[in-house]
Amino acid sequence: MNIDLVIGILNIVLISTTPLVFAGIGELVTEKSGVLNLGLEGLMLVGAVTGFITLVLTGNYFYSLFLSIISGVILSGLFAFLVLNLMTNQIATGLALTIFGIGLSAMLGKKFGGTPIDGLNPYYFIVISFLLVFFVAYFLSKTKTGLIVRAVGENHNSAYALGYNVIKTRYLTIIFGGVMSSLAGYYISICYAPMWQEGMTAGRGWIALALVVFATWKPWRLLVGAYIFGGVAIMQMNLQAIGVKLPGQFFNMMPYLATIIVLVFISSNKLRLKLSAPSSLNIPFEKNQ
Amino acid sequence: MVFLIRLQLREDYSNLIFYLSPLVAVALTLFFGSFIFFILDLSPIESFKIFFISPISNTYGISELFVKATPLAIIALGLSYCFKNNIYNIGAEGQLTMGAIFGGGIGLLFNDSTSVFLLPLMIFFGAIGGAFWATIPAILKTKFNTNEILTSLMLTYVALFILDYFVVGPWKDPAGYGLPKSMPFPDAGRLPVLIDGLRVHIGVYFALIICLITYIIYSKTLFGFKLKVTGFSSKASQYAGFKYKNLIFYTFIISGACAGLAGLFEVSGPIGLLYRDISPNYGFTAIIVAFLGRLNPFGIILSSLLIALTYLGAEDAQLFLKIPSAVGFVFQGLVLFFLLGTDFLNKYKVFIK
Repeated sequence: MNIDLVIGILNIVLISTTPLVFAGIGELVTEKSGVLNLGLEGLMLVGAVTGFITLVLTGNYFYSLFLSIISGVILSGLFAFLVLNLMTNQIATGLALTIFGIGLSAMLGKKFGGTPIDGLNPYYFIVISFLLVFFVAYFLSKTKTGLIVRAVGENHNSAYALGYNVIKTRYLTIIFGGVMSSLAGYYISICYAPMWQEGMTAGRGWIALALVVFATWKPWRLLVGAYIFGGVAIMQMNLQAIGVKLPGQFFNMMPYLATIIVLVFISSNKLRLKLSAPSSLNIPFEKNQ
Repeated sequence: MVFLIRLQLREDYSNLIFYLSPLVAVALTLFFGSFIFFILDLSPIESFKIFFISPISNTYGISELFVKATPLAIIALGLSYCFKNNIYNIGAEGQLTMGAIFGGGIGLLFNDSTSVFLLPLMIFFGAIGGAFWATIPAILKTKFNTNEILTSLMLTYVALFILDYFVVGPWKDPAGYGLPKSMPFPDAGRLPVLIDGLRVHIGVYFALIICLITYIIYSKTLFGFKLKVTGFSSKASQYAGFKYKNLIFYTFIISGACAGLAGLFEVSGPIGLLYRDISPNYGFTAIIVAFLGRLNPFGIILSSLLIALTYLGAEDAQLFLKIPSAVGFVFQGLVLFFLLGTDFLNKYKVFIK
């Protein structure tokens, strides 16, 4: 084992885990306010393709980042409108968003598959991802607005009775989550790959979703969890390379199995569940009742 | 301009709107779909024809429509038990995969068999595999109070990796040029086709039988009544003394068995062996089918045909319009958005002042 190899592996883990941190921290805030958005994968893909196409057409990184973010605002805004104003089922709406996003991104990106671009330096985004976790942790635990977000997620009826605007709060957290997912997608197509390919997020949206539960809705644990998940994925490739005879699929299913175990652990105790999961998660808020 | 919108909860629950809203959703989807074609510089009318009409304008096309609709209908019928009960099993894709692994595994185990019992055994194990995979979230929910949405979703990916492990590992066809696929099932393990030369298979009959049984269960049995009551109000159900935990188990097992059955039909029908991508998202798309069919068994049959058409149309669109077949997902997503949106009108009256 030489030091260069270790550093090389750590570097790859760092680069490959960042999209999980972005998408995960966004979903964490959304879920903290009581909304479960299963549309991450779709949002990421559309964010990835919008950024990529804009970059190819304009050659301007700022525009491409901007439009990628806008795509997240529009799609998650649509999701928010459906689940908040029309009170649709969050699970079905989220799945619709994912399915729609997979299709839309493939259609938009058809002509751009294989187009070469100059990728952005991933380290900017890696630094931003750490700052983001810090910011969200601070926001949720130390600021008044963060407290309102959590109150809305714990019991929206009480929060409403106290005079907080449940719908507005959730609009903002959903859109924040959407933008973070777009950024995750943008990072994948502009920094990590850098290229566009149909379905290139390869299930990272679902892993990010698992990650939020694995982290029991806590920002710092999410960061640690993301690096564990990302590390396991990279370790799998390297173990294969040095001839370890454990099937790679076993490593690939680890994040999902670990999440189920954590879920069982927190759910089996009522108090523990209350301390971890937002109580109003996936329960629609009906003002008129 | 500011509209003041006032909402009022409907007291008169309208059956007409309830069954009309899927049609409205489909109409809106077609309208927006044409608009998307227009943006892509394609003639909306021509594309429309290629997408929705020409795929089913010959016997081959009709047969393919049934090939695609069969798994969707079977899975969605199973899911309707869960959804009626307000239980969200969204892991049908994983249960489908497990059904294919269990049932397909039997086919590979007896790969030189010519027995007429092979296929029934595969079908049985397919259903067992799906039911087994669905029991896990049911146990976790009843014993440990875990959220079934998250566990069934996570288990889907676990199942996909298990299938992947088998087809690149122990079950890989030695004569398959190293491709990640199993050897073909023996002829005795293949699902009989209905018409020679076409791919439509006897799974269609299973779908219709399951539809009828489901209709009878929903409308004539105590079990169906319990599901309905629990779906409307879990408190009323508890008060009536219905055992909620048992209902969770039954609905999960039924939906898992249906998904497993669909998975086995896919591999022993059109595909004929096991490989990585046995399902083009059927397990997730069936959720759309179930909602679009209003959880009504006959409605599900109709909506499965419609959604199957989006798969076929997308394949033709790729061939003739040179747009990716994923365009089918755009339509599927849109139709679910619109359906969920129009559902709003079932619950509320909207006044604009």
